[in-house]
This record gives sequence, structure tokens and C-alpha cells, in this order.
Amino acid sequence: MDFQLTDDQKALRSGVRERLAARFGRDALRAAVDEGPPRLDPALWRELGEAGFFALRLPEAEGGVGLGLPEAVLVFEEAGRVLLPGPLIATHLAAGAVAGAATGETVVTAVDGGLVEWLEAADTVRGDATGAEPLASVDPLTPLHRVPAPPARDLQAGRDGVVRLLTSLLTAAEQLGSAARTCELAVQHARTREQFGQPIGAFQAVKHLCAQMLVRTEVARAAVYAAAVTADPVDVAAARLLADEAAVRGARDCLQVHGGMGFTWESDVHLHLKRAWVRTYRAGGATESEEILSGDLSAAIA
Amino acid sequence: MDLDHTPEEEEFRARLREWLAKALPTLPPKPSPDDWPGRRAYDLGWQRMLYDAGYAGLHWPVDAGGRGATPTQHLIYLEETEKAGAPYVGANFVGLLHAGPTIVSEGTAEQRARWLPPVLRGEEVWCQGFSEPDAGSDLAALRTRAWRDGDEYVVSGSKIWTSHAEVANWCELLVRTDPDAPRHRGITWLALPMDAPGITVRPLRTLAGSTEFAEVFLDEVRVPVGHRVGAENDGWRVTMVTLSYERGTAFVGEVVACRRVLGALARRARENGRWDDAVLRRRLGRLNAEFRALWRLTQWNVGEAQRTGAVPGVGGSVFKLRYSHARQELYDAAAEALGPEALDLGQEWTLDRLSSLSYTIAAGTSQIQQNIVAERILGLPKGR
Repeated sequence: MDFQLTDDQKALRSGVRERLAARFGRDALRAAVDEGPPRLDPALWRELGEAGFFALRLPEAEGGVGLGLPEAVLVFEEAGRVLLPGPLIATHLAAGAVAGAATGETVVTAVDGGLVEWLEAADTVRGDATGAEPLASVDPLTPLHRVPAPPARDLQAGRDGVVRLLTSLLTAAEQLGSAARTCELAVQHARTREQFGQPIGAFQAVKHLCAQMLVRTEVARAAVYAAAVTADPVDVAAARLLADEAAVRGARDCLQVHGGMGFTWESDVHLHLKRAWVRTYRAGGATESEEILSGDLSAAIA
Repeated sequence: MDLDHTPEEEEFRARLREWLAKALPTLPPKPSPDDWPGRRAYDLGWQRMLYDAGYAGLHWPVDAGGRGATPTQHLIYLEETEKAGAPYVGANFVGLLHAGPTIVSEGTAEQRARWLPPVLRGEEVWCQGFSEPDAGSDLAALRTRAWRDGDEYVVSGSKIWTSHAEVANWCELLVRTDPDAPRHRGITWLALPMDAPGITVRPLRTLAGSTEFAEVFLDEVRVPVGHRVGAENDGWRVTMVTLSYERGTAFVGEVVACRRVLGALARRARENGRWDDAVLRRRLGRLNAEFRALWRLTQWNVGEAQRTGAVPGVGGSVFKLRYSHARQELYDAAAEALGPEALDLGQEWTLDRLSSLSYTIAAGTSQIQQNIVAERILGLPKGR
């Protein structure tokens, strides 16, 4: 057993981190936020395609990179760290099935429950978006449409089940990246901001908020990486539940550590919180995951 | 990154299972919780069986009498013994998990030869004399004094929260040998023979009603200088070398056990109809996520230890913080699943619920653990 990142996986992670920092750093993020109605940059999308972001798990024989779920999880974790916008997961999951998705020439989004992200920017929509109505999205970088509620059916079955499983896992990976980032932001602020003649991070009340942010992040990390290795639905449900919580509560605590500045538009904290909220509504959210996890306990008895 | 076991690891597991299946039925009946001599004999007997089968000191280095097993093998051992319902480490805890490893890394050849084999063979029990009435979380404030008199130390003071004190042969003792030095630099580590004149042990009753630990009073107790491990006044460092052992793998078996309890809880809730309550069902589902993740975190930490060859470090604090809280949540959820039966001390989970209350206090309170995580992992400044 070697449940640690391999050298190749570490290299992949640092490569993706460098590339995203260069292409979608803080300035690019703030420019995107402030330029008005969000739009998807087709050049960025194609660059992501060229970098293998969408074709990552596609076999090499089909023009893909031929890597697995653990690598995909590492890449989406980095996307979550920098709040990379766009229907990344839907396009990734469409690679090989929708022409141009793998290369980033086609932007693919998907109907997920009663919501569609980035409907107007997408070239292809998977699922039935008839009757979609725009929402005034809380996240300035994720336009949302509501669609009439889908008919109730067995959500875990067939191809839909696989898509839901992978959507949930990759969402968990993005949440993990966001949780790790908000922990870093909180710690940076707590080390430099001084009140009462000392850095606020020297006060235990602040210190303990930061410690719990790290604990939630690292527990979620172990669950998310394990789920990437096993692809087991119960592992994915656990990973998603813990990653959603790590991201949302992490952003909340980060906001608290930043004090009044955390409540301003200028701070990045609200962008993490709002995106984390949006992600919690994707396939495999809290109710669904908790039922899968309790069903697992029940199945062990039956 | 994988969760697969090598053929060697699978063979290790298979042999262990085979041995456990044969060995466990030969155990004597479990003594009652208040029968301390009985508990000592039972725990030592189990340790002797492990020794004879080649499983004693599994992860200790070979030159210290151990088996030099890999961290993964050790994890398999902890997982399989728990799954098979084998006895807990019990009275052997301090010897195997703290005093022993301290002597392994800091003791002289003679000290290793004197103290380690009886621990591994299940012949001697150790207890821990660290905390004092006025030195709990702030351990370095300890005041138990020791002064040199020829080739002996004379020790006076008192210790508290000492488990197994009534039945221990030895106590790993921290004493102040230089009251004028900065407080971390005036402490010395001694092996105190528990039959020396001047020792009084007074059992303390816990809120669960049992006597799990004791106060130890020391009145001019004489300890040979040769029983000092490490240099005089270097005891703080000597202790810290291995303190993280307590937080590293000490709870692995318990995580396995908690997952079993969770399954049993679901069964009980189905029987008494409370399973139909979606709030309870989802609460148990959340706990399933929690303990699954703690198991994965254990595998992650073991993977790290295997790569670096290091003992579990401050990462153990992350685990301990989350696990101690999760354990309390588990037994609170158990109380909800049981209903009024949760008030019955005859119910198996009621005592467990009471004892779970110590987990956020013992071996470093959650508040101290959060300071450790914040200061040593996140690099936040020290302060108050």
C-alpha cells in the first residue's frame, strides 16, 4: 500500500498550479469579476484543452492523455484553488462523447438537477434545458439557469449514475482546493494583521479557527483522494460530504478571520464562499450523500 | 497513489488471521473492570501470547527486540486484531507505546537490555508520571523535585492521572532537577520502581464510576542514577522524541471499532423503528463519512511514515482532534438511536458514552492540540 502522491502526480499538480497561476492568477480573477456579465474566454478554454484538462482521462489511442481519476482529482483541486470559471466538469466528462470537448473547441454544460451552469456560453447542453429561466446568480462568475424539476427516478442507475458519481467526485476535488486556499488566506491574514500590539494569529480564538480549517481540509483530502482511487459510490459520498463542508465552513471562517475586510467586495473570500455554495447544489449533494452513506450502514445489516 | 496491498502484506494478514483464529479461543475469561490484578494478568498474558507468536514489538527496530515491521504491516496488525476482537493493549500501553519507545531511542545498551525484554514478553507493566495537579496542559510547569544524593536521586512531589499505577512495576517519571534553569531545561526522565519506599498510590474514581487512574504521592523516594534515561536536565527533549507516538497510531484499532459500533447502531435503530426518522438516519450517514475518512487519513499518515521512515509527527494532532470529537458524536448519536435505554448503565453504549468524554482531554486537550496545529503546522505566532 502506498497511499501518497507519486512523483508523477506531484509533478502534475505543480505543473497545473504554475500554469493556472500564469493564465488565471488573481488579477485575471478580479478582472473577470469586475468586467460585468460573466463570459467565457474561448482562448482560455482552448488553452485548457491543449493542456489536457478535458482529455485527461481519455485513452491515448483516442487522442487523450490516458491518466486516471486520481490525476483528474488533482487537476480539479487546482481549478478549485484559483476559482477557475466555466463548466469544467461537464466539458471534462463530455470528452470523447461530444465532438470538440476534449480539445476545448466546444464548451459543454449539463443540466444537473434543477440547474444549468453557463447555459448561454455553452455550445452543447447535455440533458433537457427546455424552459430554462435565468437566475440572478449569487456567484458573479457562475451564471445559472433554473430548469423545471426532472422526473423522479433512480439517480444512481446506468450512464447517468456514472456521470453523477464523477460530477460529485470532481466537485469534491474543487471544494477541497477551495478549502485549502481559504485556509492559506486566513493564515496569511492572521500572521500579518496586528491588533492589540500583536498579530491576531497569536490569539487562540483566531488560531483555533485556523486549526479547524486545516483539520477539515486534511480529513476531506484523505477522503477525496481515497474516493479517486476506489471510485466507490460510498467513498465518493463521504468525500463529497466532507469536502462540501470543508469548503463552505472554510470560507465562512476565512471571512471571520478577515473581519470587516472579509465582508468587502474587494476581498476574494466571498468569491470562494459563493462558488462553494453553488457547488453544493451539484449532483451528490448533502442529502443524497447522507442517504447513500446511511444506506451503506443499512445494507451491511440486510 | 494506491490502496492495494502487496502479496507480502496480504500474506502477513493471512497468517495473522490464522493465528488469531487459533489463539483467541484459548484466552481466559475477561476479568471485571474493577479487578486490577486480574486485568494486569489478563493483559500480560495476551502480550506473552503475542511474544510467543512473534508479534510483540512488531514495529520496534530489530536491534531493540522488535520485528522491524513496516508501518503498513503495523496498520494491518492493528486492523486485524481489532476486527477479530482481540484484547486491547491495556496495561501494556505505556510500556509498548511510550516508555518503551523512549528507551528504544534514548536508552543506553544496558537500559535497553534491562527494560525492553520484560515489556515485550509481558512480564512488567509501566505507568506514566507526567501530569501533576498544577501541571496539566502546561506540563513544563511540573514541580516534583529530585536532588542528587550520591549515586541516587531523592524524589518528592505528586503525580496525577496515572493509569495502572496500582499494578505497575515501573513509572516513567518526569522530575525537576534544576529549579533555576529555564523550565524546559531543568527536567529529567527517570524510571521509578513502583515498589520503592515512600510511594503512595490513591485511586481516582472517574465520572463513569470506575477507577481508571490514580494520584501518586512521592515522599523522598530514592531512585538510582542509573535509572535516568538521557542526560540530567534533558528530560523534556527525551520525552518529546516519542510523545507523538501516543497520537500517531494509538487510535487505529478504535477507529475500526467505531465503524463496527456504527453498524450495530444502524441495526438497533432498524429494530426499534427509529431508522424511519430521516434526521437520525442522515446523522448516522454523516458519521459513516466521518469514520471512513478517519480510516483514510490513517492510511495516508501511514503512507507518509512509510515514505519518510519517520514516526508520526504533528499530523497526529490533526487526527486526534477530529477523532476525539467524532467518538463523542458517535455515542451521542447512539443515545438518540437507543432512546430512554441510553440512560441505563447496563446498556453497553452508556459507559462508552461516558468514557468518550475523556477523549477531548486526555493526551493533550483539543485546545492544546489546536495550538499545536496552528503553531507547528500553520506557523502562526505563539501567544496567549
